[in-house]
Amino acid sequence: MANSYNDIPEIKFHLDNPMMPHIVELKERGFADKDQYDYAPQDFEDAMDTYDKVLEVVGDINANIIAPNAEAVDAEGPHCENGRVSYAEKTYENLDATNKAGLNGMTMPRRYGGLSLPVIVYTAANEIVSAGDASFENVWSLQDCIETLYCFGTEEQRQKYIPRICAGETMSMDLTEPDAGSDLQSVMLRATYDEAEDCWRLNGVKRFITNGDSDVHLVLARSEEGTRDGRGLSMFIYDKKNGGVNVRRIENKLGIHGSPTCELTFKNAKAEICGDRKLGLIRYVMSLMNGARLGIAAQSVGIEQAAYEEALAYARDRKQYGKEIINFPAVYDMIATIKAKLDAGRSLLYQCARYVDIYKALEDIARERTLTPEERQEMKKYQRLADAFTPLAKGMNSEFANQNSYDAIQVHGGSGYMQEYKCQRLYRDARITSIYEGTTQLQVVAALRYITNGTYMSVIQDMEGVSFGTAEQPLDPQFQPFADRLVAMREKLEEAIEYVKTQDNQDLLDFCGRKLYEMTAYTIMCHLLLQDTQRAPELFGKSLEVFFNHAESEVARHFSYVHLMTPEKLEFYK
Amino acid sequence: MLNIIVLAKQVPDTHNVGSEAMTPEGTVNRAALPTVFNPEDLNALEQAIRLKEQHPGSRITMLTMGLPKAAEVLREGIYRGADEGILLTDRALGGADTLATSYSLAQAIRKIGKVDIILCGRQAIDGDTAQVGPQVAEKLGLPQITYTEEILECDENHIRCRRHIDGGVETVEAPMPILVTVNGSAAPCRTRNVKRIMANKRKEFTVWGAADIEADPQQIGKAGSPTNVKAVKSIVFKAKETKTLTDSDEDINSLVRELIESNTI
Repeated sequence: MANSYNDIPEIKFHLDNPMMPHIVELKERGFADKDQYDYAPQDFEDAMDTYDKVLEVVGDINANIIAPNAEAVDAEGPHCENGRVSYAEKTYENLDATNKAGLNGMTMPRRYGGLSLPVIVYTAANEIVSAGDASFENVWSLQDCIETLYCFGTEEQRQKYIPRICAGETMSMDLTEPDAGSDLQSVMLRATYDEAEDCWRLNGVKRFITNGDSDVHLVLARSEEGTRDGRGLSMFIYDKKNGGVNVRRIENKLGIHGSPTCELTFKNAKAEICGDRKLGLIRYVMSLMNGARLGIAAQSVGIEQAAYEEALAYARDRKQYGKEIINFPAVYDMIATIKAKLDAGRSLLYQCARYVDIYKALEDIARERTLTPEERQEMKKYQRLADAFTPLAKGMNSEFANQNSYDAIQVHGGSGYMQEYKCQRLYRDARITSIYEGTTQLQVVAALRYITNGTYMSVIQDMEGVSFGTAEQPLDPQFQPFADRLVAMREKLEEAIEYVKTQDNQDLLDFCGRKLYEMTAYTIMCHLLLQDTQRAPELFGKSLEVFFNHAESEVARHFSYVHLMTPEKLEFYK
Repeated sequence: MLNIIVLAKQVPDTHNVGSEAMTPEGTVNRAALPTVFNPEDLNALEQAIRLKEQHPGSRITMLTMGLPKAAEVLREGIYRGADEGILLTDRALGGADTLATSYSLAQAIRKIGKVDIILCGRQAIDGDTAQVGPQVAEKLGLPQITYTEEILECDENHIRCRRHIDGGVETVEAPMPILVTVNGSAAPCRTRNVKRIMANKRKEFTVWGAADIEADPQQIGKAGSPTNVKAVKSIVFKAKETKTLTDSDEDINSLVRELIESNTI
């Protein structure tokens, strides 16, 4: 029977990473839960076996329910009537399957009914579901908003809401408004305190809200009257049971048809404040966004995988001029590049997830006791790494999802343009990934400070200590050429950054940001793929060659471009 | 609150038959075939889980007879929603035909004690006899409903089911306790539940042998099986054995004549 986890050994490879013993140790803390919960793991091996089995369930549901339903979900889409949303018929079938399998509250602690799985396992589940139906991945994975409520809500709120999400209730994050998209500081939805009822009341409009008719909403609203910037915004919890929020309409979109994108009207909707006043945007939304961006990175990798499978299957099957088209260099170039981007992008995704796991687990320990100075230092280190890698993983993978689905259609030729073929849906679904939860341009903005302050460069230098062999494990001579090429790429990157910095012009830095960002990401992905190949040459050997060729030429191209630019030349672009 | 028993069988995966599926002697090469949960037994399990959801406090006991490896179907059933598993395994029970199998299962069910409903698949994909369920019911003196697609209503005293019949469906009612065989057209079984997997990975099952169920040695295993299999052959129909007919009177008359002569009709 098909299984979207067992059939893709690359996913399991990323789960069996040398960092896992440490992640599991931080997450399970001496396996203390085993005495209290019959479903808690007994030891490291048991925990890893559990992760494997959970993903096997996700792979089963995806291959046999979600993926086969995707075409019908795409064709039908959700409906909006009398202010309420109903999903496509097959979306309910998908939800029934994930609920019965208990795939909710994936990362939440067991004391609230959660599965207490590491972020990396949840990320793999996201990737798998997205490969089947990216629109359903949206609906299902918004459960992750609960992480923000867990981190910043009161104990009373945790006990009230987390078990409901663990039981399968859905969530949404209500941030965007007609005049507040990328610039969330302009949010105007009004929150006023109702003295008589001792609660908050929300009034206004939200727009482009994914799964906006969910059971539990996190809402960004202006609690401080008279303010105009981000410091006047707070985070609120709206419970659908209380009423007051209606769906005015749902958007008619290019892709992800199964995911309802809603315009919401709040009319005196009763709400609870989550965390402290005024920290809504500057603290909580940033946390919410980082989680969501990792989710989109996983969604993108899922689409990359699906695009690869479609392109490969078609090219092996389709014959022209008397042979299967995969035998033509122009076609196998495209397919090999699709696979190489997939392997490199996936490696970046899971490296980021591991960083998030370590810092989140330490942050969670800090809720129970004071961290030792070493632990505090480790937490800060991994938080910085997670913050730096999230925009890379999201930005690069969303672009790769677009490129791969574009190329998958190209491999199909005219057939790929027809509705009958899955690759056109992948192409439409991929398009949003580089836009929502922060456009690629905003990912560049988030990454730029780590480019200029040397964070990425020190990560790359640390990686050289691993990728190029250690005293205990020297580099296999067959990989030496890759190490040399990586040094040359790093030097080009250093030189390009230095060049832009010496121009001392903010506009030029912003202008060249995308190029520097991609040069950085390519260098890091080459390191990761070189490390992966040393551990599993049979899985990644070909992609290593292909990706290095691609990355090296991209780095050289951006290097040239950056050096062509001066502050004066910006005028030609205006 | 219902006491539910689900009969399950581990069978060779006949959907994945390779070239090594048969031994040169013409018998099934079990070692070369992967094993699976008999598909219609999974349909039966889904009906059982739904009954349990409708009647909180109900218990589902899975019962299987086979090699020790057959405990895999018990674990699979528990991952999906069953509560307990009993493995009936003993060399003395081996080589049983449907008569001896149903006797052994009936003895085990007697030992389990109070039961409201026994659910099983219509038939197993290895033998395709559809005899074991009905025979178990006969041996226990219980009424039976076969070819069930859905249990529409069920309480401690009566049950109403929709059955699959040729060309349609029919709805029947019967008193409880009862044995119900479930058709492959019934709702598919839900997938595994991850918390149940985590909690039951190491669960141990009750294991019973022939002595535990107080079985008469003459009615179990080979001794209790009047059926003798002469040979099992894998027959693949080839195109040369087919005949294409037109809708002319001549062709139709010739076909009818041939069918009458071969005593087919």
